Amino acid sequence: MSAENRPLSPHLQVYRPQLTSMLSILHRITGIALALGTLLLVYWLVALSLGPQAYAAAEGLIGSIFGRLLLFGWTMALFYHLCNGIRHLFWDAGFGFELTNAYRSGWAVLVASTILTVVSWVVGYGVMGG
Amino acid sequence: MRLRSPLARVRHLGSAKDGTAHWWMQRVTALALVPLAVWFAAALVFHLGAGYEATQAWIGHPLTGGLLLVLIVATFYHGFLGLQVVIEDYVHHEGVKIAAILLVKFVSILLGLAAVLATLKIILSQ
Repeated sequence: MSAENRPLSPHLQVYRPQLTSMLSILHRITGIALALGTLLLVYWLVALSLGPQAYAAAEGLIGSIFGRLLLFGWTMALFYHLCNGIRHLFWDAGFGFELTNAYRSGWAVLVASTILTVVSWVVGYGVMGG
Repeated sequence: MRLRSPLARVRHLGSAKDGTAHWWMQRVTALALVPLAVWFAAALVFHLGAGYEATQAWIGHPLTGGLLLVLIVATFYHGFLGLQVVIEDYVHHEGVKIAAILLVKFVSILLGLAAVLATLKIILSQ
């Protein structure tokens, strides 16, 4: 068999979906989404550096319904990747590998990232005055 | 019996050829990004809808601008390292894999540079 078409492990289809594996793949998906989302950050910064007109256009785009939806997804992805990233750093340091702890920290990540997302948007709308 | 070649022992770099550098820098940038991302996200929320002048003054402040420059470099470095791993895991054709990694590297550098230059321009215009 040539090196090109060797069967690859792991064979994901034989595993039952679990919280731990779902959070793991979600870390990758949100990482990719955040990498794409840097386009928005770069656009915003470049517009701010170019002058009032360019900045007004960027504000209009980001403030539109579509822009807000993008930004909401970006906020969720950011806080999830941040919280789960901290979980990964603890694993890297050798803590929290026991199965019960892996599940506990997994749920904690979901709860924390949801709260952070909601709080940011509530405060954000408050700052903007509704 | 030794299975390891003397050259590999001298270089200490293992089969990946760059030792643990990739893995380590991914963690170093992650650690830096924890406080930086929290700071920027929180500060950004409080500057929503502040308008051009106020936002320029905020980003143009040496402290904000300086932290933002570190955030930009760490973000694009971390993002490139992460995307490289994803490509290596899912793209199995050697040529396509190398081309995709190089493309992501070039785009990361270009976007990072644009963000850095924009930030510097804002800082210097204040």
